[in-house]
Amino acid sequence: MATTDESATRAPRTAASNGKGKGNPVSWLDDRIGLAYQGKILLRKVFPDHWSFMLGEIALWSFVILLLTGTFLSLWFVPSMSEIVYHGPYHQLNGIHMSEAYASTLHISFDVRGGLLMRQIHHWSANIFIAAMTIHMLRIFFTGAFRKPREINWLIGLGLLMLGILEGFAGYSLPDDLLSGTGLRIADGIIRSIPVVGTYLEFFIFGGQFPGDVFISRLYIVHVLLIPGILLALISAHMILLFYQKHTQWPGPGHTNENVVGAPFFPIYTAKAGGFFFMVFGVTALLGAVLQINPIWMYGPYDPSQVTAGSQPDWYMGWLEGALRIMPNWETHIGGFTISWNVLIPGAAVMGVLFTLLAIYPFLERWITGDNRDHHILDRPRNQPTRTGLGVAGVTAYGLLWLAGGNDIIATHFHVSLNAITWFMRFAVFVGPVITFIIARRWAISLQRSDEHLLLHGYETGVIIRSPEGGYSEIHAPLSQESAYQIASRERRPPVGVPELEDEYGVRARGTAAERVRGRLHELWFGDEIPKPTAAELEEAHHHESPEGPLLEDGGHHGIESGGQIGGEEFDLEESSER
Amino acid sequence: MTEGPHPTDGHPDGAGHDLAALSPEEPIPNPGLPPHEPRPTDVDAAQERRAERQVAGMFILAALLALAFCVLYFVIPPPSDQSATFMGYGASNLALGLTLGLALLLTGAAAIQWAKKLMGNQDIIEARHSTASPPNVREEQVAAFKLGVAESGFGRRTLIRNSMFAALGMLGLPAIVLLRDLGPLPGNLTSITVWKRGIRVVNDVSGTPLRPSDIAEGQLVNAEPALFFDEVGPNGKVIKAKYTGTALNDQKAKAAVILVRMLPTDIKSAQERAWGVNGIVCFSKICTHVGCPISLYEQQTHQLLCPCHQSTFDLTEDGKVVFGPAARPLPQLPIMVDKEGYLVARSDFHQPVGPSFWERG
Repeated sequence: MATTDESATRAPRTAASNGKGKGNPVSWLDDRIGLAYQGKILLRKVFPDHWSFMLGEIALWSFVILLLTGTFLSLWFVPSMSEIVYHGPYHQLNGIHMSEAYASTLHISFDVRGGLLMRQIHHWSANIFIAAMTIHMLRIFFTGAFRKPREINWLIGLGLLMLGILEGFAGYSLPDDLLSGTGLRIADGIIRSIPVVGTYLEFFIFGGQFPGDVFISRLYIVHVLLIPGILLALISAHMILLFYQKHTQWPGPGHTNENVVGAPFFPIYTAKAGGFFFMVFGVTALLGAVLQINPIWMYGPYDPSQVTAGSQPDWYMGWLEGALRIMPNWETHIGGFTISWNVLIPGAAVMGVLFTLLAIYPFLERWITGDNRDHHILDRPRNQPTRTGLGVAGVTAYGLLWLAGGNDIIATHFHVSLNAITWFMRFAVFVGPVITFIIARRWAISLQRSDEHLLLHGYETGVIIRSPEGGYSEIHAPLSQESAYQIASRERRPPVGVPELEDEYGVRARGTAAERVRGRLHELWFGDEIPKPTAAELEEAHHHESPEGPLLEDGGHHGIESGGQIGGEEFDLEESSER
Repeated sequence: MTEGPHPTDGHPDGAGHDLAALSPEEPIPNPGLPPHEPRPTDVDAAQERRAERQVAGMFILAALLALAFCVLYFVIPPPSDQSATFMGYGASNLALGLTLGLALLLTGAAAIQWAKKLMGNQDIIEARHSTASPPNVREEQVAAFKLGVAESGFGRRTLIRNSMFAALGMLGLPAIVLLRDLGPLPGNLTSITVWKRGIRVVNDVSGTPLRPSDIAEGQLVNAEPALFFDEVGPNGKVIKAKYTGTALNDQKAKAAVILVRMLPTDIKSAQERAWGVNGIVCFSKICTHVGCPISLYEQQTHQLLCPCHQSTFDLTEDGKVVFGPAARPLPQLPIMVDKEGYLVARSDFHQPVGPSFWERG
């Protein structure tokens, strides 16, 4: 702003204006709120760039879209269960008794111009919001971004995900259509199953018997004020911590644990992230334009004696629905009381267990690895085989439960016995994760081996040479310094936090049982990993003369590393131009 | 990081280590940030102008689409006019959605293209400050807090402290007690329905009373108590439905039933046969799992499948569960025929309908 500066210098200086020009908004604000200090923190703050860092942004922007479209919808939606007789443009429902909530949703869909679009954008962004949070969480998990000092942000993120799921359920229950009413009926059954206080909770929540006449208005305030308020507060805390701790970055040339490399907040990140908001909004608007979602007029108003076959909740409830479907029908009767394990476990315990495991994971991993250092460089998932295996196991369990939530759809579409699918899933949710854990862990270790090979022996050039004896071998060329560093910069096995159980004289160290368990877990955690080569090993490999000579019949991966050995001008590898 | 003893209590400054810098064993030194590669737009003026035109073009198109949105908003009839369609889509929703969506998308794309092609793209490096405070600051603040605690006498004046805890603790109670009027106590409402002796079992849509002859063998009829419908009394006077509106829904959620007619010999349970009329039996329609209405009837096996979670009930044997997550059989409503030959209830259900609950026993 050259002109402003000029006018500032030309303006007569007074003590009051502290030497800054009157009418200059920067000075005006700086005098009052210390704007320059804020700018110092913000304007050139560095944000590392990677496509996977965009997932959280999608979640953030979907939330903003939800606030915008939700506010629009609230201008017409009537959160009331009072019954009216419908007379409106949707002739098929004329004369039908329905709640005002359902009628006003019809009104938004048919009478308010753009109302249907906003409803559909709202519903699509809700689905995207939770999907983006879920995938963002997986990214954080698999790259170890939850490690110190970011454990608190991990917990806040879990809170956001859990509240997001509740918020979504509350939202699609509001229109009081047949599908959402069925969902609420199921929720009512779950609340009822809670031991001791279940029926009391049910009667307090629904203001009497299900469905009652107050629930929609109560749910409405939860949906538009209570949960969004908490979400907003948690999102703010999430962002403040992100700013304060600075974003993590991938390993790479120039990246260290003490710096952050990337684009400045202003203008690059502002333009990219700001532009991305419009992209996300644009995509949801196009989805709302061409892909129908939740056509409540086709379901009809809620009637507790009706249901549609093939009823499905929104996608993020699918795993809980699946748990409800495959749970064996266990119920205990003790001393005149009933405990409905068949409802209680899938309805309350499954979600509780998953979120508890996720919440304690960073602390558990830190305890086992004994790694108390700050981590700002992300792990490549292969370099943490056990963590990656556990993550894949979790995804498998979730995915199987989710599939089980559609067991009827699978049965009718693929002509498989519903009972067979259900029985398969009952075992698969336990066996599947174990299998995928083993596969993923071994896969990660294989990738480590492949990395080690690349580092020691270079990459396969695809050029085959024939020796005078008639043997064939492939020329390997060393990696560029950048790629080699990317691979080689992974951490060595973090130091054991507990002393070895026996000292060098074979005397058992005194330790608590917990420390012994930890020691054993530590061994299991890092067992089978391929150690990263040392500088000496690398040097050795690069100057290694294979006893069989440079040309290998077995096609083994010893290869030819040094340019001198192959004598080719094009593969003068010692003088690789990439350096 | 070299192997061997390592302090696990972390460094007070919380800083991690530049591994390459610390360990001579690291195979590859950090080569540092690669030199900035100029983009085509940095070196070629023609490319730069082209990118400029692209960005501005997208912004202008977005502006025009936003205008088009406003025009179409007024031109196209609202979705209530269901004849206004375009290729099977509602015209209004499609037109507004496409213009708005594309306007937003182009605005975003333009901003991102601007950043990618034209804004300076030199990576910059910022040092990370330690997340933790410097040790002296931490000590100062811990000392300040301790001073505050000492000055307040929080540790010393235990009477004040404990009475404060009592006050704060007790103040939580009104917050809970205030919620008492959220709803009535359950009482026996979870165990009873509106069914009682003599109430007719009527068709759930038309409200017409049913005679045994109205139900064919292998047929399932969704039914409800006559109290839910206006009735024409014996003297031709209309008796208004006892339950309407939300009260009706409350009762319907418990009292909905199904009638099924089987060959009496197909019914395995003697009690079930006795509670029916000539092979017509009446069961609760509300699933004992989590309360979905059950309506998928398999004629050959006389099994009833819940469409929500696929609990399957055998109607030939007291509605027992043969598959799925439901634990309890479907409650049966004992029925008989009244003087006029219509099906009526003989009593209420003998056990609570719907999902289980703690006090159920």
